[in-house]
Amino acid sequence: MAGSIPVSVSEVAVVAEGGSVLRELGRFARRNPLSLAGGLVGLAIIVIALTAPWVSPKDPLKANFTRMNKPPDAQAYFGTDQVGRDTLSRVIHGSRTSLFVAFASVLLGTTTGSLWGVASGYLGGRFDLVSQRIMEVMQAFPDLILALAISMAIGTGLPAVIVAIAVTRIPFGGRVIRSVALSVREMAYVEAGRASGASALRIMTLHVLPQCLAPYLVLATTHLGVAIVIEAALGFLGVGVPPPTPTWGNMLADAITNLIPSWWLVLYPGLAITVTVLAFNLLGDGIRDTLDPRLSPAFLRMMTGGRRG
Amino acid sequence: MIIFVVLRVLPGDPLVAILGVEGHAQMRPADKARIMADLGLSDPLVVQYVRWLKDIASGQLGKSFFRGDTVRDLILHRGPISAEIALLALVVSWLVGLPAGILSAIKPNGWLDAVARFVSIIFIAIPGFWLGLLIVLALLFWFGYKAPIIIVQVWENPWQNFQIVIGPALVLGLAQGAYIARMSRSCLLEVIGEDYVRTARAKGANEGTIVLRHALPNALLPVITISGVLLGFVLGGSVAVEQAFGVPGLGRALVIAIIERDIIVVQNLVLLYAAIFVVVNVFVDLSYGWLDPRIRF
Repeated sequence: MAGSIPVSVSEVAVVAEGGSVLRELGRFARRNPLSLAGGLVGLAIIVIALTAPWVSPKDPLKANFTRMNKPPDAQAYFGTDQVGRDTLSRVIHGSRTSLFVAFASVLLGTTTGSLWGVASGYLGGRFDLVSQRIMEVMQAFPDLILALAISMAIGTGLPAVIVAIAVTRIPFGGRVIRSVALSVREMAYVEAGRASGASALRIMTLHVLPQCLAPYLVLATTHLGVAIVIEAALGFLGVGVPPPTPTWGNMLADAITNLIPSWWLVLYPGLAITVTVLAFNLLGDGIRDTLDPRLSPAFLRMMTGGRRG
Repeated sequence: MIIFVVLRVLPGDPLVAILGVEGHAQMRPADKARIMADLGLSDPLVVQYVRWLKDIASGQLGKSFFRGDTVRDLILHRGPISAEIALLALVVSWLVGLPAGILSAIKPNGWLDAVARFVSIIFIAIPGFWLGLLIVLALLFWFGYKAPIIIVQVWENPWQNFQIVIGPALVLGLAQGAYIARMSRSCLLEVIGEDYVRTARAKGANEGTIVLRHALPNALLPVITISGVLLGFVLGGSVAVEQAFGVPGLGRALVIAIIERDIIVVQNLVLLYAAIFVVVNVFVDLSYGWLDPRIRF
């Protein structure tokens, strides 16, 4: 399938070879203005998340019973919720959970999957066969449903959500990196390593692993958006990080406990999810085009199944 | 097997969920043991596993901890709504995605292409359940929409049934349509570069005929494949979207079962979702031979 997707020549960018990092970044920005925008917005959201306690105007947990369910005004730009908590502050603090879960789960899941994929592709044989079957079984579940089932099994809470999302990411990393490892295994320098008596472990870590870095980065950024949506969906369905910790998902769940939901309680958390996912997706597309033109959007989406939520 | 092990071995006491944390603490150990035995949870895991396999084989699919009705009844009662949503979403995605992809591919990098690509990027990023909530809110404001409380099957009252399923189907279909548009655009662009398309141009066929008659059939295969992959997206997404619309479908049943820790129900519904996903993708693979005579198995 990879060969059947058109890749225009302009997308085949040269990966930096010790040259000026800044110049490479400039080139990247010129080629992918949308990705640059995505990256900047993503960076801004990360900064906001890191500095949440100082940036947010009010305490996200403090109820104010004199100002309940107020629409947006000068005192609370995004309005207040059923117990008078400031929605803007809650959205800002929600970004911490969202981003932390997304980064942690993608790091955990993609790394586990990639290491597994390297081992599976390089060692081959029965280990590869069994690994492939296990990953196929994992991919047989729609990922939100798998995450739901896992988080039910191991309970709610931050670590549980991270593990649940990470597990759904493993097979994607595994399959893509395995195919890279399979082709690297046949290269002359790897054979030379084998001939000079290096152990399988040494070859895998020193010779095969570095070749997997580019697809790994591509995978990781593409899956950030997916992880954010799954986290929000879990929160929305009541199996994510439990309240009172504000997350975008459980804010939406809170909003619809009202008979007639207030529009500002629904609009802003969802907008935050959409903007964040959009930013990371755009960034991911650009990084993919730059690092690995073989993994064109359509091909990668097909391999990864895209996001679900 | 894996579902079973994951859900049973890992911690999570259903009694705590049934009785609440305080009720659980107040109960005598003997009573706890009796209820566990009633629910069949005190048997060795192997026994429980064999019983589960029997349940599946018998078609009853086991009993809910709380309601005493079998999971089969649940699926028969709520399944049709969810199935309708999924099918309708598929139809929507093709109706929206394919024309968008074709329009983009006819003039790549034109303004129509730019708009189509921009819209599809946006729709890929919007979480379906949030879009669903927004639609429900808008309907509430302007039309006094109420979430459906009872299940109206299509054979009972087609119009009411349609009102229930159209919202979730639209939301899920639009997001899928975005992927279909992307895929059909890139596949069409590739096919349009082929020799036989140039031949068709050379013999003077008009552009519409070229795209629809010559290029499209050859570009459709990957689009059909991704439609099968996207089904997983619809199955997973429908769980959250049904919740957003308050549609009493299978996805909502799954969520409720998860919150109530109704293990048997969760186990069987998760199995069902996975089975549907796998079976549909096998059929997609098999359909290649029929759709494209060049492919032989």
